[in-house]
Amino acid sequence: MIPPPFSYQRVSSADEALQLAAEYGEDAKFLAGGHSLLPLMKLRLAQPEVLIDLGPLRELSYLRAEDGHVAIGALTRHHDVQHSELLASSVPLLAHAAGQVGDPQVRHRGTIGGSLVHADPASDLPAVILALDGVLVARGPSGTRQIAAAEFFQGLFETVLEPAELLTEIRVPVPAAGQAGWSFQKFTKRAIDWAIVGVAVQGGSVALVNMASTPVRATAVEQALASGASPAEAGALAADGTSPGEDINATAAYRAHLARVLVTRALQEATPRPDPPEDHR
Amino acid sequence: MTVNGAEASGEVEDRLLLVHFLREVAGLTATNVGCDTSSCGACTVLLDGESVKSCTVLAAQADGHQLVTAEGLAGPDGELHPVQRAFRAEHGLQCGFCTPGMVLAAVSLLRENPHPSEAEVRAGLEGNLCRCTGYHNIVRAVLAAAGQGAAPGQGAAPGQEAAAGQEAAAGQGAAAGQETVEPGAMAEPGGAA
Amino acid sequence: MSILGTRVVRTEDPRLLTAGGTYTDDLRLPELAGAARVTFVRSPVAHARITGIDAAAAREAPGVVAVLTAADLDDLPPGEGGAATEPLLASGRVRYVGEAVAIVVTEDGYQGADAAELVSVDYQPLPAVPSITDALDGGTLLFDGTGSNVVATGGEPPAEDAFRDCDVVIGRTIGNQRLAPVPLEVRAGAARWADGRLTLWASTQNAQLARDAVAGALGLAAADVRVVAPDVGGGFGAKIATERDTIAVAWAAKRLGRPLRWVETRNENLTGMVHGRGQLQTIKIGGTRDGRILAYHLDIVQDCGAYPRFGMFLAELTRLMASGVYDIPAVAATSRAVLTSTTPISAYRGAGRPEATAAIERAVDLFAAEIGMDPAEVRRQNLVPPGAFPYTTPSGAVYDSGEYAAALDKVLAAAGYGELRAEQARRRDRGGPVQLGIGVSCYVEITAGDYTGGETSRLVVAPSGAATVYTGSSPHGQGHDTAFAMLVNAELGIPMDQITVVHGDTDAVPNGVGTYGSRSLQLGGSAVHQAAVEVKEQARELAAGMIEASEADLEFDVSRGSWQVRGDPETALGWAALAGRAGPGGLSAEVDFRPSSPTFPFGTHIAVVEVDTETGKVTLRRHITVDDAGLVLNPVLAEGQRHGGIAQGVAQALLEEVLYDADGNPLTSTLADYAAITATELPSFELLDSQTPTKVNPLGVKGIGEAGTIGATPAALSAVVDAVAHLGVRHIDMPATPLRVWTAISEARASA
Repeated sequence: MIPPPFSYQRVSSADEALQLAAEYGEDAKFLAGGHSLLPLMKLRLAQPEVLIDLGPLRELSYLRAEDGHVAIGALTRHHDVQHSELLASSVPLLAHAAGQVGDPQVRHRGTIGGSLVHADPASDLPAVILALDGVLVARGPSGTRQIAAAEFFQGLFETVLEPAELLTEIRVPVPAAGQAGWSFQKFTKRAIDWAIVGVAVQGGSVALVNMASTPVRATAVEQALASGASPAEAGALAADGTSPGEDINATAAYRAHLARVLVTRALQEATPRPDPPEDHR
Repeated sequence: MTVNGAEASGEVEDRLLLVHFLREVAGLTATNVGCDTSSCGACTVLLDGESVKSCTVLAAQADGHQLVTAEGLAGPDGELHPVQRAFRAEHGLQCGFCTPGMVLAAVSLLRENPHPSEAEVRAGLEGNLCRCTGYHNIVRAVLAAAGQGAAPGQGAAPGQEAAAGQEAAAGQGAAAGQETVEPGAMAEPGGAA
Repeated sequence: MSILGTRVVRTEDPRLLTAGGTYTDDLRLPELAGAARVTFVRSPVAHARITGIDAAAAREAPGVVAVLTAADLDDLPPGEGGAATEPLLASGRVRYVGEAVAIVVTEDGYQGADAAELVSVDYQPLPAVPSITDALDGGTLLFDGTGSNVVATGGEPPAEDAFRDCDVVIGRTIGNQRLAPVPLEVRAGAARWADGRLTLWASTQNAQLARDAVAGALGLAAADVRVVAPDVGGGFGAKIATERDTIAVAWAAKRLGRPLRWVETRNENLTGMVHGRGQLQTIKIGGTRDGRILAYHLDIVQDCGAYPRFGMFLAELTRLMASGVYDIPAVAATSRAVLTSTTPISAYRGAGRPEATAAIERAVDLFAAEIGMDPAEVRRQNLVPPGAFPYTTPSGAVYDSGEYAAALDKVLAAAGYGELRAEQARRRDRGGPVQLGIGVSCYVEITAGDYTGGETSRLVVAPSGAATVYTGSSPHGQGHDTAFAMLVNAELGIPMDQITVVHGDTDAVPNGVGTYGSRSLQLGGSAVHQAAVEVKEQARELAAGMIEASEADLEFDVSRGSWQVRGDPETALGWAALAGRAGPGGLSAEVDFRPSSPTFPFGTHIAVVEVDTETGKVTLRRHITVDDAGLVLNPVLAEGQRHGGIAQGVAQALLEEVLYDADGNPLTSTLADYAAITATELPSFELLDSQTPTKVNPLGVKGIGEAGTIGATPAALSAVVDAVAHLGVRHIDMPATPLRVWTAISEARASA
């Protein structure tokens, strides 16, 4: 319930954050919304000695239309992503998915950057960013780099980021006209739960939540679609190349079955439509 | 930080959770701790006007911000906030432990969505557990506070349109000829309703 | 017009809403100034010998005042129990994950969390006994020298020929799964020893029983112990009296001579507070092809957890209510209670009766399916008829009053049962993935089962004209302050805002039983009512003297709260005058109300669910009920109890379950993993009014607190099975999670 003692450092600029991160190395973690990290610390499953609070860096909270993509500051809260007019018109999948994260209180604090860096394969946004072929922009001691979503997630709670690297921006390509169809299927026992299995579809891209130790693209499905398969035919391949886990909510076989059902439904739903679904607003 | 309009400060451990700052340092015990995993929402407060779970915020993170707890909702003369009034009128609380957090979650919900449907109210309160009420009257209270009455099972649930008899309504709000009275109204016993 | 039966909002609410209630961890009393904080060290293993405890490092940690273990428990009276006696702190052996092993006392709570980690306990693991089957197996005993993990047996097996005349006989073994009560307020206590007296503030449902338990455990005279229940954030049976951890806090406060405070974490609560239910049931039902049930046998194995607390009595209650609302010629119920290396099991909303109802309702559904008859119709044919009351069941329960068929018909009509079946048929014809299920349950339950203990009330009308009720009842959300004030107002005409209700403090109310088993209105309320009647009569006598009239010539005007000569309001004397004349103490009466029997509320629930047959996901769309608990004192309060009960009942059917792995490690020890039901899983409920009075008490009331839970669980489960019955599914064990539903569908399809 109570984290072990640690040192709290509040910064007023990204530079300062990077400086401190370089100084403390592996002993420190960045604190964004805190709704992935603090729960782990309260259970003493994570025990960083230093927390670098990025909270004051409001300049890292933004949603901007740029050339062919939407640039989202890493510290943009889920609530703002969910209600962004810009995303509603250009990348509704992301806005909708952000509205599925946690509950309203969590969405008031949690950030898109925090969620992606936490890299829980059962979280909603990593798979969505993967389906959207997003690009993650990170700043570190050796400068800034851009990382494709497909390379970003390395393993369970693991990304390619170095400890001293700060995720600053997520660039989400605006889907081309023919790829505008989208769907997000999140299967839970209770609405508040993490997905037992989830599916994000954008055009011909299909990514899966909680079917492996990272979010994964359902490449067999995508290839089938590209060859003209129907949603049901392509959906039947949803579990190929995945390694779903077993827990109190699902066996691996059940997850594989759900993936097939949900991918099929997602593909059926992702026909181009004029308006986003009601529950996104 | 400012809590309910007044300055609240202290020298605290870096790891002190906001909920413990409010309860132990600021002396405001309405905000409750109900779990360890940010699941129950009993600790919900308003931070800069938005509902947050104060068990998942460090007191240090709230430094310089505006907090509102349940104690800060009523008017200066103790007049209940409309959402509090609605909770009382609709019997939206029993043991009361989830209530401060539930009320603040509802306040935040209505700020963002002033006219929610029943489904939106239920979804909007998914982060708040109640064990006593079964949520039925909490939903009624939030809808009432939003200025809408709640009909039983809004929306087409199977068989409801065809249901014989109007008795289903009897369990919901005022039965015919009966109003819900305030205890004080019975100061003249036998005189009311 | 009397206030009774009218909708009155609660007097409790303004304070709870604006100040937030004062629960045990909120206390900021001068008596607790300088209190230290208690943190327990608990076993992380299910079953082990303790071969050493090293607290040296912990004692050096910042803020540590003391570390206490079983070795320090040398000042307690010897325990009277047998082999399975439960210690305050585990001594030599632990028997469940979460069992308390040591107490760490620190200046503040955060230090306690740190120091507790430094207490080093050596565990020598023993084989776990995580399930009923393992317990019956007997390979590992929880207590040496007992020969068996079975701690109690009961009931008589059926006669050899009980099922002889049945055309069909169906049997099945089903589960009634272990649940966690999850009150929003976890367990908490604060204790102070001063001037030879112990004061214990505790989140309890029964201050007086808690006092007796603490006094007995610590070897103190009852007069030397004061227990105070501040506001209590929910109990549901799990906070009846008190238990070892709270008693240990009281003991430590006396031992250290310093006030102590304790509040557990939710993780501790989900493993350290008692669980509920936990039965393995074998049902066997037989009858004729035209729907008459002739014989029923229920065999129960009750999981008690690691120590035989109340678990043994749960099975007795289940046996008592085994036949439910049905008039069945041959009924037998047998039980065994076993120990497992898990959290002890005790009462949880319904306490033995939901288990009975779930079993008989499942049996009736299986019977109906076997003979191809509509489940509502089978029920109607077998209900105890209205003229049969009082009705004595084969198990010896005497049902006071009931209108079972009327309740069934009322709910069928309100649900639009015919149209629901038609919609179900249409969807089956279409063959789409989302199918409709309708579940019907008819139930009866026993409230105030411990009626012989009665309940107390002392009523005082002061010379100011204000009244104070001192009640042994101990509300934790039920609204007794409002209800009992209504009773006084109805009888004496004293305005509601001049009536105070006092409870939960053994100094103010030394004798009482408390609130559980849905007893408070019928016992506590009847006591309040009778005390009011007595006060009124005392006042009549006084008034006669003051007016110089004969008592027979006086009439009481409740609208003005005054005695007067009949027809002559000029002579009226109000409460201030009468109580003032009685003396500085005013008028008072004290009642210990003990009826001659319990009461039996009853009802019918219908649940309507949609099941996505491709994923197994269940959505409850409607839930319609009659819950008849006699006359309704305040519909607002009664509805609230029904709503809350229904939610917990549905939760058992669809979502919640405490799980252990093969080593006895809990798998559901957080609220993220334990699927406590939320607002998004429930619809608004449709409650119907039905009031069949009882003659057992002067108020004509029965208990409503648990009825909703008892009726809801079987209806919801039945609806799920019904939704997929056409696919060949006959039964799904609770909770009907998506995984379970999908598995049942897959297996039925595979064997088709």
